[in-house]
Amino acid sequence: MDISLVINFAYVVSAGLFIFGLKMLGSPATARRGNMISAAAMLVAVVFALLDQQIINFQWIIIGIAIGSLIGVVIARTVEMTSMPEMVALFNGFGGMASLLVGWSAIDPAAAGFTLTTIFLSILIGGLTFTGSLIAYAKLSEKMPGKPLVFKGQAIFNTLLILGIIASGVMFVQDPTNTTYLYTAIGLALLFGVMAVIPIGGADMPVVISLLNSYSGLAACAAGFAVGNNILIVAGSLVGASGIILTQIMCKAMNRSLINVLTSGFSAVKSSTMVIEGEVKPMSASDAYYVLEAASSVLIVPGYGMAVAQAQHVVKELQELMEENDTEVNYGIHPVAGRMPGHMNVLLAEADVSYDLLLEMDQVNQRMETYDVAIVIGANDVVNPAAREMEGSPIYGMPVINVDLAKTVFVMKRSMASGFAGIDNPLFFKENTRMIFGDAKESLGHMIREFGN
Amino acid sequence: MELVFLTFILMLSIFVGFELIHKVPATLHTPLMSGSNAISGITLVGALAIAGNVEDPQIATWLAFGAVILATINVVGGYLVTDRMLAMFKKKEANK
Repeated sequence: MDISLVINFAYVVSAGLFIFGLKMLGSPATARRGNMISAAAMLVAVVFALLDQQIINFQWIIIGIAIGSLIGVVIARTVEMTSMPEMVALFNGFGGMASLLVGWSAIDPAAAGFTLTTIFLSILIGGLTFTGSLIAYAKLSEKMPGKPLVFKGQAIFNTLLILGIIASGVMFVQDPTNTTYLYTAIGLALLFGVMAVIPIGGADMPVVISLLNSYSGLAACAAGFAVGNNILIVAGSLVGASGIILTQIMCKAMNRSLINVLTSGFSAVKSSTMVIEGEVKPMSASDAYYVLEAASSVLIVPGYGMAVAQAQHVVKELQELMEENDTEVNYGIHPVAGRMPGHMNVLLAEADVSYDLLLEMDQVNQRMETYDVAIVIGANDVVNPAAREMEGSPIYGMPVINVDLAKTVFVMKRSMASGFAGIDNPLFFKENTRMIFGDAKESLGHMIREFGN
Repeated sequence: MELVFLTFILMLSIFVGFELIHKVPATLHTPLMSGSNAISGITLVGALAIAGNVEDPQIATWLAFGAVILATINVVGGYLVTDRMLAMFKKKEANK
């Protein structure tokens, strides 16, 4: 029997398992098994791919898989849950680079124009995913300033760059033996990834990561066309579609179009005529305890600051103490809180918080008036009432968690500095807001000790 | 004709992908992302055939060798870290 027929039937099985696994990832109860089924799908695909008769020497395959597995295991075991966004960014980049290399190694001057085009696409998408992800990684891990990086003539430069990429692509397809065109295309693709991500600010990172995730899938898909492999196309496009959906959800949560996020560096910040009035009212952690002790329902709204302070475990401790005191505790999670979609959920899960206590923005906004206290921990832009009431604010129109409508708001903050987006927050000046300055972890620890007494 | 089949596969998988992911709750967005990231390591399958074909010009073998390493990191690391995350997602039984 023809061995390639066997391989391709195995790919059909593998594709089915991938789809089934992704489906199970859709519910917390089955998600873990879903992930395992998806891993099994990958195993089936890899094992049967090894039956390919083109393979006459396993030496490099074994060495490559060994090195890759070792690095993968070490990273997966040691990464902190707070650094998950960086890690996903980095892995996206690896996936992109792998597709670039596969496309490159598949170059065959005798190939048809269509195949050469897909080879070019896998090099292009793979390359820009690689460098774009590295920049995202550098921004997220603060190896590079998170602020948008803009310079004069950026739009013109980028337009020229895109034209250059198209030109090099056309030349490459015409004459695949000329390596100058190939190297130019690779170089420009890599440069484009850098240029695409540097003008994007830290607060927009959830969108960028989702988009790069999508690209890494599309790159695999293009590589699949380049080497004529079904399973690459199926798996790649599943990832591509999932990334695009997440991107869409993130954009919607920020009330911005994708184009606006991607070119945000180019638009000037509008100045607002509205002046923030009122004064900041600080409160000590021990006074805060008395309020919490008397409260019957409390909402906790975490943000990136909770991740930075590694405060998720103390938050959970406080939650338990309040629950023992017959206080209802919920968490309000904004879709773009943190640096990647679902970032806060993972951190709270790490701290053993039951996932049914984590409510989405719309759920908590509906009953905001009923909360006695809303505690904002390290969040800023996602609770900024300027989004509702300050026309001209850069975040005007973005859906936010309306903590200012709760009876009392505690804001835990290190200092009065503005958030990642660099926007003033009128919340701090509201009548019902109390600021608890200092390290969130220490302040929470203080309240926990008070509960203990 | 093969091209038509491949494009057919592409279109159908994109639709399936949209349908599947659409319903994933926000709680699971991070694991979904790292899990789908592991799936994008499927490039490994494409790299294997080229890395093992040493009759080809050397350069292609080396390129594919690099791709095998990177894609394996993606696959192994991605699945393990997703599993680690999902193991933490628990529903508390019976609030005390």
